[in-house]
Amino acid sequence: MSTPETVVKLAELTGKTQEAPFVLTDDERHEIEHEIAHYPDARAASIGALKIIQARRGWVPDGALEPVAKMLGIGAAELEGVATFYSLIYRKPVGRHVVKVCDSITCFMVGYEDIKKTLEQHLGITHGQTTADGRFTMLPICCIGACDKGPALMVDDDLHHDLTPDNVVGIVEAYK
Amino acid sequence: MSLEQELLVRPLTARVNLEAPMDIAAYEASGGYLAVRNAIRDLQPADVQAKVKDSNLRGRGGAGFPTGIKWGLVPMGPDAGTKYLVCNADEMEPNTFKDRLLMEGVPHQLIEGMLVAGYAIQATTGYIFLRGEYVKSAERLNAALAEARAAGLLGKNILGSGWSFELSVHTGAGRYICGEETALINSLEGRRANPRAKPPFPQIAGAWGRPTVVNNVESLSNLPHIINNGAEWFKGLSQGKSKDGGTKLYGCSGRVKRGGIYELPIGTSAREIIEEHAGGMRDGYTLKCWLPGGASTDFLMPEHLDLPMDFDSISKAGSRMGTGLIMAVDQTANMVSLVRNLEEFFARESCGWCTPCRDGLPWSVKMLIALEEGRGRMEDIEQLTKLTKALGPGRTFCAHAPGAMEPLQSALKFFRAEFEAGVAPAGTADADANIGLTGVVVNAKVA
Ligand SMILES: Cc1cc2nc3c(=O)[nH]c(=O)nc-3n(C[C@H](O)[C@H](O)[C@H](O)COP(=O)(O)O)c2cc1C
Ligand code: SF4
Repeated sequence: MSTPETVVKLAELTGKTQEAPFVLTDDERHEIEHEIAHYPDARAASIGALKIIQARRGWVPDGALEPVAKMLGIGAAELEGVATFYSLIYRKPVGRHVVKVCDSITCFMVGYEDIKKTLEQHLGITHGQTTADGRFTMLPICCIGACDKGPALMVDDDLHHDLTPDNVVGIVEAYK
Repeated sequence: MSLEQELLVRPLTARVNLEAPMDIAAYEASGGYLAVRNAIRDLQPADVQAKVKDSNLRGRGGAGFPTGIKWGLVPMGPDAGTKYLVCNADEMEPNTFKDRLLMEGVPHQLIEGMLVAGYAIQATTGYIFLRGEYVKSAERLNAALAEARAAGLLGKNILGSGWSFELSVHTGAGRYICGEETALINSLEGRRANPRAKPPFPQIAGAWGRPTVVNNVESLSNLPHIINNGAEWFKGLSQGKSKDGGTKLYGCSGRVKRGGIYELPIGTSAREIIEEHAGGMRDGYTLKCWLPGGASTDFLMPEHLDLPMDFDSISKAGSRMGTGLIMAVDQTANMVSLVRNLEEFFARESCGWCTPCRDGLPWSVKMLIALEEGRGRMEDIEQLTKLTKALGPGRTFCAHAPGAMEPLQSALKFFRAEFEAGVAPAGTADADANIGLTGVVVNAKVA
């Protein structure tokens, strides 16, 4: 019963455009298989597998759930439950660089809010948003173990500490 | 002091090198892997367990549970089958940065510790459950694991002993609750990190239903030294400052002159840690209060500074030693704001499994924000006080919510005037407003 018209409407409703069908690459498959081999049960590789997808694509698209869940021997809905639980698995596209600002107590006490404000002004976004040019996404993160050198943040996998409103702009600007 | 001598005084950090950690050759040249070689050759698993029990090593993950007693519940014997050893390297407790130092600075020591523990409980497989953000730790541990494997220290029939043990790094993807040991097991199995009911204890039925021991990085890193030098030596490390044995990785952060990690005899006073090792407060700042060991411990006051930093003494003062890393709060901090930040953290990191925690924590945040902004009511302070009981020990499925209540209840106790200062004057609209249960957004996910 789905006329072309209803398809368009559904796409509008869900905010999803017709993406090309998702296909796991051979590399992704191999890496996931390698991950599975570490455990007595394939399901244990769930988070690892999602991270493998994300490392290549920046995030975990809906289409990835079915084929990955199949490899893990679980349902796609179960994998979705896992994917949405963990804060470092992104279920929506993020910018090329993810700026994760520590908002835990020690950084908070020594200047997190000034750092956040400076970044917000400079990037024009706040936590959970992505710049229009797709360059940066900003997120809060739990204590990243740099408490004696706070405030601290991570850009992608890199840790930066001893932040001030003066140096933080230069730090993120180095990521193109 | 020679390295050999230093290893006897500050065993955990004597070999730490953050620039270039020792490779296996350097580690072995400094006595590394001797503990596991000797244990496998000369000791039965039960002997290793006995040594660790005698040393009275207490878990460094925060709760201080004796490691030897924890292991004692594990079924032993030839028919015991598959068993797991999991290193808790999820270090996410706010103001905690000690395990990272051990993993980045001397990764082979942790691997050797896991070999000792694995042999003692006859584990068949080990995992290092590492938080995803510790990318450098992962790289260094994986490099060290490859070296250990090549040296025949991991895999089948290790050193001809007939004991086989595989060990790998499992990295997480965020969420503080993963550090709770039963939530960690669910996460390791590839599930959402909701805690599990205890009993059964993990030592009986843990990962994949098999006996599982979860130990912290620092706890495990102590083991090679206990095997090398004996239980009596370990007890003596505290130099009579505590009835507990060993050194402890203490730390200090906040507006102090030299924040960092210091390996000291367990039972060293908080005053010595803050004033000597951290160099005291920076000029212009004075100490208002302090958190002894992470976000889930009660604030203590300057009058508590001379207490020995050990599990029992800090408990007696109404707090917990927790991870032992002190956060020094200076006089510029507003306690309502600090506690609001802490409760936002705990609300965001709640796994959502049980109602008091899932709904109570956001509610506390809402009231704290109102007080912070000067539009609170006296009832909010009363309600916050009630929450510290309603979310206290025994009321929730795991220790997350009770932990969240510790800084709140102690701040209310010591700094009530700061909360009262946030109460709106009678007759204003704010004073009459009804602060309900709903509507607080505490979501860390991508919008
Ligand atoms: C909410 C919560 C978070 C925890 N996070 C950690 C952690 O990151 N690292 C850790 O070692 N223990 C953590 N623990 C304590 C563990 O549950 C467990 O007691 C510990 O790993 C046992 O190791 P140990 O006996 O060597 O101390 C946490 C506990 C709770 C309730
Ligand atoms: S206390 Fe909080 S974190 Fe623990 S099980 Fe309940 S909801 Fe989850």
